[in-house]
Amino acid sequence: MSGSAPGEPRRLRLAVHKFASCDGCQLQILNLEDELLWLSRRIEIAYFLEWSSRSLEGPYDLALVEGSITTPRDAERIRQVREQTRTLITIGACATAGGIQALRNWADVEEWKRQVYPEPRWLEVLPTSTPISAHVRVDDEIHGCPVNKEQVLRVIVRALLGTRPDLPSHSVCLECKRQGHVCVVVARGLPCMGPVTRAGCGALCPGLARDCYACFGPCDDPNPEALAARFQDLGLGAADRV
Amino acid sequence: MTGAKPAPAQFLARADLQRLLEALRARGYRVMGPVPRDGAVVFDEVRSVDELPRGLREAQEPGRYRLEPNGRDTVFDVVNGPGSLKPYVFAPREKLLQVEPEGRSFRAQELHPDAPKLAVIGVRACDLAALSVQDRIFLEGRYPDSYYAARRRQLFLVAVNCTRSASTCFCVSMATGPEATQGFDLALTEQEWGFLVRAGSALGREVQQALPLTPAPEAALARERTSLETCAATMQRKLETADLPEVLYRNLEHPRWHDVGSRCLSCGNCTMVCPTCFCHDEKDEPLLGEPDEAGVRSVRVREWDSCFNREHAQVYGLNYRPKIEDRYRQWLVHKLASWIDQFGTSGCVGCGRCITWCPVGIDLTEEMRALREPGA
Repeated sequence: MSGSAPGEPRRLRLAVHKFASCDGCQLQILNLEDELLWLSRRIEIAYFLEWSSRSLEGPYDLALVEGSITTPRDAERIRQVREQTRTLITIGACATAGGIQALRNWADVEEWKRQVYPEPRWLEVLPTSTPISAHVRVDDEIHGCPVNKEQVLRVIVRALLGTRPDLPSHSVCLECKRQGHVCVVVARGLPCMGPVTRAGCGALCPGLARDCYACFGPCDDPNPEALAARFQDLGLGAADRV
Repeated sequence: MTGAKPAPAQFLARADLQRLLEALRARGYRVMGPVPRDGAVVFDEVRSVDELPRGLREAQEPGRYRLEPNGRDTVFDVVNGPGSLKPYVFAPREKLLQVEPEGRSFRAQELHPDAPKLAVIGVRACDLAALSVQDRIFLEGRYPDSYYAARRRQLFLVAVNCTRSASTCFCVSMATGPEATQGFDLALTEQEWGFLVRAGSALGREVQQALPLTPAPEAALARERTSLETCAATMQRKLETADLPEVLYRNLEHPRWHDVGSRCLSCGNCTMVCPTCFCHDEKDEPLLGEPDEAGVRSVRVREWDSCFNREHAQVYGLNYRPKIEDRYRQWLVHKLASWIDQFGTSGCVGCGRCITWCPVGIDLTEEMRALREPGA
């Protein structure tokens, strides 16, 4: 039990791991500037390379995992992370859904490698980009691209209390309308993805009179076919709808 | 607010409308009114009549809303927008309690809302009807809601009678409009040169006395009658109510539910804009801040929820409305039928917001028509 002052409760050992990703979700943790100070009295950041090069050995109470699995080495590494972790929570679209790099799942990776790299034989990559949950058991997921730092904070505080995170699974529309924003589909004819997208961002784009482009992935029980039909009426072509 | 018959109308010149805003502010009211914002008219604070939607009206149809010039010098020609009185009495999100550890137990402290005096100008008859529906739910039940009550008693309502309807309106069917007959402090009818003004409460009469009014000319009153009758007579949408609630109870297995379930996004917009929908979620949230020595505190939060969320019907081990068609049926049957059994009134006031603000334009009057047809 390292790092706790005498008389204080043992601090929660936190690890933050990165796989194939842009680092933006980890950055949201660092963006918790005001909270990190008091959080550090309750959590010990044991492994978080974007925070510090000082790393402590596992096991860890809580691991936040960013990124998708795209290489054989990472497929092995995530298994080691799981073994060293009591509660594993994935953060962001890459870790929860495979990320933008999962576009490769519909393409010929060998062909792409030849087009992009002069020496493709040196690359060791899997033909697919897959979410963490395709490889190991995941206790909870925080969605978003990037994740919302308030949601990350909620999850950490919940972990301190030993309770499950309580994150919404409904559409963006609810948090949009709770804030009194005007619907951009109805008032502007914009192809807003809010009705099929998971809430959690605070309806950032509709709040700025822009259409949502679904950073948080699908909401619970969405109806994308009905929304696609509406977008067609609004003049969006088949290629735009995918 | 009294049930007394409104006083005879008086006339307020167009140039003197600002005096109404000032009279309300002088009595300590924050004044809200219709203002154009982000392509729609919404309720927001108004300090000057210049902020009102001058020379604008709106075109509404299922899933579509556009503001357009009306070529006249009006300020109340926009019938409505997505916002109603609902958020002013039933907050979209509010803290109800703060909970702190105390010894081996805990202590819960009510967090009373800060409810400033609020005047709302431009309230329509359907919105007043919706407020009286919400009053039944929040105030007249066995457990009056103190949070709602605290805001409700601070409201001063300036109604505006509708002299035109949107294509999505059906208040005549629901017997709630287009004329405001109850629940207001002052009611206005907009005409070319100004406004006919009636007081509906003692407070309304007090404010009325602060305005430079003249007796209403007979011709203006006659014109008002004609314009209200024309508005009612030309209303495009209708909802048959004579066979409610039974017609819905008889058709709970109608194939139309499956059909509408395939079109419905289950996004919840209809319930958010509905002025009577009151579903909410309550949850305990850890207080996000430095934990003090006593331990961890939490707050109980209430926020608007929707019966269109699958999670809303989740109980331990089971979801009793797993499909979108189940949830659409729950909403419509509650709104138009079981609401009557529960509260002695329909849950629908005919404002048409659920039709306009549905992103895919589902029209409950059309769904009701289809549900009355024999199923295939």
